[in-house]
Amino acid sequence: MLAALFVGFAALLVVTSLMVVLHKNPVTSALFLVLAFCSLAGIYLLLRAEFLGMVQIVVYAGAIMVLFLFVIMYLNLQHDVETGLQIAVRRGIGWFVGVLMLLTGAALLKRGWALGPANEVLPGAEQGNVAAIGRVLYSRYLFPFEITSILLLVAMIGVIVIARGRSRAHAAGGGAGGGA
Amino acid sequence: MIPLSWLIALSAVVFAIGVVGVLVRRNALVIFMSIELMLNAANLAFVAFANQMKSLDGQVFVFFVMTVAAAEVAIGLAIIVHLFRLRETVFVDEIHLLKG
Repeated sequence: MLAALFVGFAALLVVTSLMVVLHKNPVTSALFLVLAFCSLAGIYLLLRAEFLGMVQIVVYAGAIMVLFLFVIMYLNLQHDVETGLQIAVRRGIGWFVGVLMLLTGAALLKRGWALGPANEVLPGAEQGNVAAIGRVLYSRYLFPFEITSILLLVAMIGVIVIARGRSRAHAAGGGAGGGA
Repeated sequence: MIPLSWLIALSAVVFAIGVVGVLVRRNALVIFMSIELMLNAANLAFVAFANQMKSLDGQVFVFFVMTVAAAEVAIGLAIIVHLFRLRETVFVDEIHLLKG
């Protein structure tokens, strides 16, 4: 049952990831990426990482993909025009490198690296792991957790500065601070 | 239980698809989506090994990776919007300001 569910989610994940890369329309790519993230959340649930499954849906499928779609529609992009020899060569190189990476992984797997069945059921896994994650996050990983807030603050300020643009930044620099 | 090797193989496949996307596509937005795919492949490996070792540290790391990914997407999309304002394109081979 678990294996069947895993195979289903994995197949969905691989197919949707391929569609993200192959589809010409960026909006369709973004929607397939949402589906890929949702199937990955399913796999997290199968691995008894309930908290991460929920965060995956909320943060990735929710926030990040809405940001992507917003920007795509804001820019009002037409379809990719992908023709010409240079692009064909680059595309060939890209596929070659991708297949090479896959073959490397297959070779590593064949040599017995990371083989063998996973462990049995985690102790006390029935009640979920949200409380346990919270306990670890707020004790052993408290300092990195606090640093994360600084990272987010820096990202926020950076986005505002970048998105404000050059002309208005110049105008605000001459004036009394702008207000953005 | 799901064998660890399946999970690592799935992670490798998704990562390879992301690499192909970054190398093959010209649209900066799709390149960003492929980078997200690669980050998620790494997260899957983290969760798989955390499950295997019965440890929560891997899952905490995934939490941090997600935070960094969110910050990266916000900054990257802002840069793309800014580039589009300046150059009217998001195709990476038409943006060669630093090429000399």
